[in-house]
Amino acid sequence: MMRLAPFVTLALLLGGWEIACRAMQVPTYFLPPPSAVAVALWHDFPSLAGAAWRTLSTALIALVLASLIAVLLAMITALSPLLDRAIRPLASVVQVTPVVALAPLVLIWAGLDHPERALVALAVLVAFFPIFSGAVTGLRSADPDLERLFELYGAGRLQRVLRLRLPSAVPFLLEGHKVGAGLALIGAVVAEFGAGSGGAQGLAWRILEAGNRQQTARMIAALAVLGAMGVALHAVLEALERRGLAWWRGR
Amino acid sequence: MSVAALEAVEVDYAGRGRALGPVSLSLAAGEVTALVGPSGCGKSTALRLLAGLEAPTRGVVRRAAGRGETAVVFQAPTLAPWLSARANVALPLELAGTPRDAAMRRADSALARVGLAGAEASRPAQLSGGMAMRVSLARALVTEPKLLLLDEPFAALDEITRRTLADDVLALWAATRPAIVFVTHNVEEAVYMAGRVVVMSRGPGRIAGEFAVEGPTPRPARFRTQPEFRATAEAVSAALAEGMAA
Repeated sequence: MMRLAPFVTLALLLGGWEIACRAMQVPTYFLPPPSAVAVALWHDFPSLAGAAWRTLSTALIALVLASLIAVLLAMITALSPLLDRAIRPLASVVQVTPVVALAPLVLIWAGLDHPERALVALAVLVAFFPIFSGAVTGLRSADPDLERLFELYGAGRLQRVLRLRLPSAVPFLLEGHKVGAGLALIGAVVAEFGAGSGGAQGLAWRILEAGNRQQTARMIAALAVLGAMGVALHAVLEALERRGLAWWRGR
Repeated sequence: MSVAALEAVEVDYAGRGRALGPVSLSLAAGEVTALVGPSGCGKSTALRLLAGLEAPTRGVVRRAAGRGETAVVFQAPTLAPWLSARANVALPLELAGTPRDAAMRRADSALARVGLAGAEASRPAQLSGGMAMRVSLARALVTEPKLLLLDEPFAALDEITRRTLADDVLALWAATRPAIVFVTHNVEEAVYMAGRVVVMSRGPGRIAGEFAVEGPTPRPARFRTQPEFRATAEAVSAALAEGMAA
């Protein structure tokens, strides 16, 4: 029953929407009924699936790159207080800069021949901060008595980071990657919008294209695919986080 | 022969003033010493000085400074949750550069000595409080230290487990005879385990008195009921009460 609850809400909302559209005879270019969206979804599904895969792969590549950069930088800040002061304030600049504002610039840099690189770069920028911030917090979360023990046994800086701080950071890293993955997907879509209909043929492009032709049902169908993909990605990462935590805690 | 000593040490903490001292304390090889005192008397600070984890504001700390020559067991087991019991115990050896295989073998035998043969692959979360404390003890013993420092190691355990572990620590001591210093606020535990009980008083922490405990170590059965044990425990309690009133 608990698991069914959100689906019941969804069914009620869709039902209300369908009835309202028919009763009030809303023009379909303004708001098509869910049945029309379903038809558009069925009809467009092959091209939508292809576009969804492009967007998802952009987000996943970005997640991997953001993870590598963020964890490496966080480890450098953990090694030395000076580098920490040098890096951390700049990292927050990345967080507060809206990705839409950066998109035109990055598109120029990546070159109009390689819009997919610009998309990945922009998604990396968005996914970077939660992973970096989680890693920084996690690397400082080690049990102080374990830190003392490492000191007592003469562990070097690198040994401390690799054998104590990094493993201690695992729960924070899992959380950071979960949030980062969601943001990478959002970042990829926002970047696609920024890129316009250039060579980037992700889901955002499908939405823009359908919008230009006033095919509202197809717009909503693309949006539904995007939403479903986001939910699926979140579910996968949540499961990975649970597994990872269970392994880390040892039960 | 002295393995470690505090010579007229004082510790000041910024904003809180004098926490400890002046205190002088010399530890003979193989001697079991208990530091007893009310909370805030600086006994844990004294232990951290001996471990080299803290430096005195004034005075001199002499200690065996070689890797693995001093070992500490904290109040909590302080195990890495992501490592097996074996890997936790092998950690001090691995940090010192012992090859992995040899470190694991020595860890297994240390675990066997504390009665945990068969639990090598368990994670800390799968162990009871007493077992986790034994893993912590095995980790301290694995480097065969000359000085073993115990900071209220049984404080979080129930009475039965405490008593068993006290006997086990003494049995382990008998095998390699390291000097042991352990901090506690439990008078009976101090008198039971130590050959020498040092009572500390508060504000700032100083040594208020010292008592020698007669009798064989490890302790014979029913040692707690013998008149000498009772008399020493009463004397230590009296000194403690005096120190707290001062």
